[in-house]
Amino acid sequence: MNELFREISSNPFTVSLDIIPVLDYEQFCDQAARMLKDESDHCVAYYAVEMQGSLKLICCIANDRDHILRVFSSMLPSGKSTVRSLSKEVPQLHIYEREIYENHSVVFEGHPWPKPVRYPHNRASKASVMDNYPFYRIEGEELHEVGVGPVHAGVIEPGHFRFICNGEKVLHLEIQLGYQHRGVERLLAETRSGIWRCVLCDNIVGDTSVGYALSYARLIESLAGIQPSRAVQIERCIGLELERIAVHIGDTAALCGDVAYQLGQVVCEALRTEIINTTQFWCGNRFGKGLVRPGGTNYKMTAVVADRILSVLKDVGLRFASVSERIYSLQSVLARFEDIGQVTRQQALSTGAVGMAARTCGIRRDIRWSHPDQYYRDYPFEPVVLENGDVLARGQLRVKEVSESINLISGLISDWRNQPDEHSVPDYNCNLSPDSFALSLTEGWRGEICHSAITDGSGNIVHYKVKDPSFHNWMALALAVRNQEISDFPVCNKSFNLSYCGNDL
Amino acid sequence: MYREIKILRQHGIQYVRDLRNQPVSDLFRGRPVISGDITAAEIEKVSSLCPVGAIDKDSGSIDLGLCVFCRECEFCLKEKIRFTNDYRIAASRREDLVIRPGIEAPLRLNVEVIRKEIRRIYRHSLKLRQVSAGGDNSCEMELNASGNVNFDLGRHGIEFTASPRHADGIVITGPVSANMAAALRLTYEAVPDPKVIILVGTDAISGGMYAGSPAVDRSFIEEHHIDLYVPGNPAHPLTFINGILDLLGKK
Ligand code: SF4
Repeated sequence: MNELFREISSNPFTVSLDIIPVLDYEQFCDQAARMLKDESDHCVAYYAVEMQGSLKLICCIANDRDHILRVFSSMLPSGKSTVRSLSKEVPQLHIYEREIYENHSVVFEGHPWPKPVRYPHNRASKASVMDNYPFYRIEGEELHEVGVGPVHAGVIEPGHFRFICNGEKVLHLEIQLGYQHRGVERLLAETRSGIWRCVLCDNIVGDTSVGYALSYARLIESLAGIQPSRAVQIERCIGLELERIAVHIGDTAALCGDVAYQLGQVVCEALRTEIINTTQFWCGNRFGKGLVRPGGTNYKMTAVVADRILSVLKDVGLRFASVSERIYSLQSVLARFEDIGQVTRQQALSTGAVGMAARTCGIRRDIRWSHPDQYYRDYPFEPVVLENGDVLARGQLRVKEVSESINLISGLISDWRNQPDEHSVPDYNCNLSPDSFALSLTEGWRGEICHSAITDGSGNIVHYKVKDPSFHNWMALALAVRNQEISDFPVCNKSFNLSYCGNDL
Repeated sequence: MYREIKILRQHGIQYVRDLRNQPVSDLFRGRPVISGDITAAEIEKVSSLCPVGAIDKDSGSIDLGLCVFCRECEFCLKEKIRFTNDYRIAASRREDLVIRPGIEAPLRLNVEVIRKEIRRIYRHSLKLRQVSAGGDNSCEMELNASGNVNFDLGRHGIEFTASPRHADGIVITGPVSANMAAALRLTYEAVPDPKVIILVGTDAISGGMYAGSPAVDRSFIEEHHIDLYVPGNPAHPLTFINGILDLLGKK
């Protein structure tokens, strides 16, 4: 019998399209369901592409324990078709099936929740519009609904939250997204300019610019079969960890702000400023835009930059340690965080949670450990895992990850100093492998970012797919607020800090 | 209590005393200077490389309303194009954002075109409602930073409000996604007259990387008078702050 999937042990990877096994849909479902029963497996990509008059379904499942990826596919007739849904059996697939339904009008029979994901401009049904989102309703005299957004009270991105409450208690939260949709994937597939695609990837999710640019760069490097110098590889990891440190500290400030602990807020805001100004010192942009490019970099790290990073991290590390220790020992803070917004391990597994949302529920899921790329391969990295799944755990995870990343960067810099000084410059117009499927995974500060692409016979990118960790984790947030006071929503929301633009694309 | 004092001492003084002249790192990508003797061949080379068509094919000028500050043109033509770290690049007229070759003078707001009522009414207090319409969250974070402990824009009476009803104007970020177009209009309508419109970030000013995307709807921007353009990708807090202070005629 033919093998039913292609097994790959590297991240990123490129495979020729015709070696991805094509299963009939029933077999495809059975295999996906069988694999995803294993807790170490989770689905990193599942989508449909129009190809030669039919619809190709591509699925990639990552196994964290064995550090492998498995790809397989199926074909459906193009246009409207009805097939069986896997979502009831494997809930983590619910969002993928919804996306395929929205983009290609494939009806997944038995899907409990066949709702729009983001109202893309090229959606299959124009009858589906922002204004008529089919919210879940519960009838009852005691119940009321609270609608918030798309424009929120703070300076943040838009999204709509609809709560069903019994008094102050939230029974159900439904999150409607799509307001930020800009047509990113279509633009990435339509342009032929490599430089344009890079710059766009800096600007998909601005708070994770380095993570996104790195996912793109690694995808292109894999398709082109090139590698930047080892020094540049190390520099990229430093950039990614600096981004993580900055956001984690900023989130700690936001959490303090929500519970009116001003000292914590103000001190953490100032510490975040130190970090992003260091990134600016390195590359001229506080968010690291432009730092990562395929094949090399325009902003080679210098010894001066390295020294600056080390001295800032030493200072910030000490100050953050003392303020975070204070924050998480204050009764008034703990009372607002402890056992609030809890997500159980089972819920996290079934929603396919990734990144921090998974690691705070006792799930060891971190691409830097499970599918390490570049320098992470050589570094004995241990993910931080906490058990309680509440706001407190998500806050404390950030504190631990900041100190972990600071250690990581000092190690990286000592290694960087021993590298030969070969500068690799960006390569925007490299030849990409034709008729291929490529995928890259990066552990950004929120969780795993997945980019994948398909090329045609001449090596042009004809399909591009981006997946933010928020794509899964929004559901975890909706579950976290069930049976909580509605006034606890802000801290729950901040503790996840999910991306709207990353979901909406 | 003692621990709090220790933390405060470590914290020290963080606020930026002089928002007008705060130094930023040399590499910060601010106002570009294009050499006056840039040749036609060089212009052709960089304008075809620019991902957003910000460099005019004939004159070689750079439009900061289109530019996403990727600096690729400078890397390609170091002798002729240089991005300085001058962050005071906001303008009150769209055309003022075009930097011509040979121009080294700083960019200052054109006072003539500022509506008289803005300075009369809002000089001492300006409350703004922010609308993110397809923004990538970097401009939004920089706007939040404008009010933080470092920049403390609140010291000038300028703040963001929770409701458009309490606001004197709106600050738009993002290229205006079609899915946000209706909400943007509603928010604007809810602001009492007279109202100010400020565009922050290249995406808001021209659509940036997303100009021309079928998922974007720029009609609101095209139909309204814009009071302040704040370029950047994202706009630096100091660019935004100096732009507003200039708009209001503050020192
Ligand atoms: S820095 Fe601006 S003008 Fe230069 S290439 Fe980039 S977008 Fe174009």
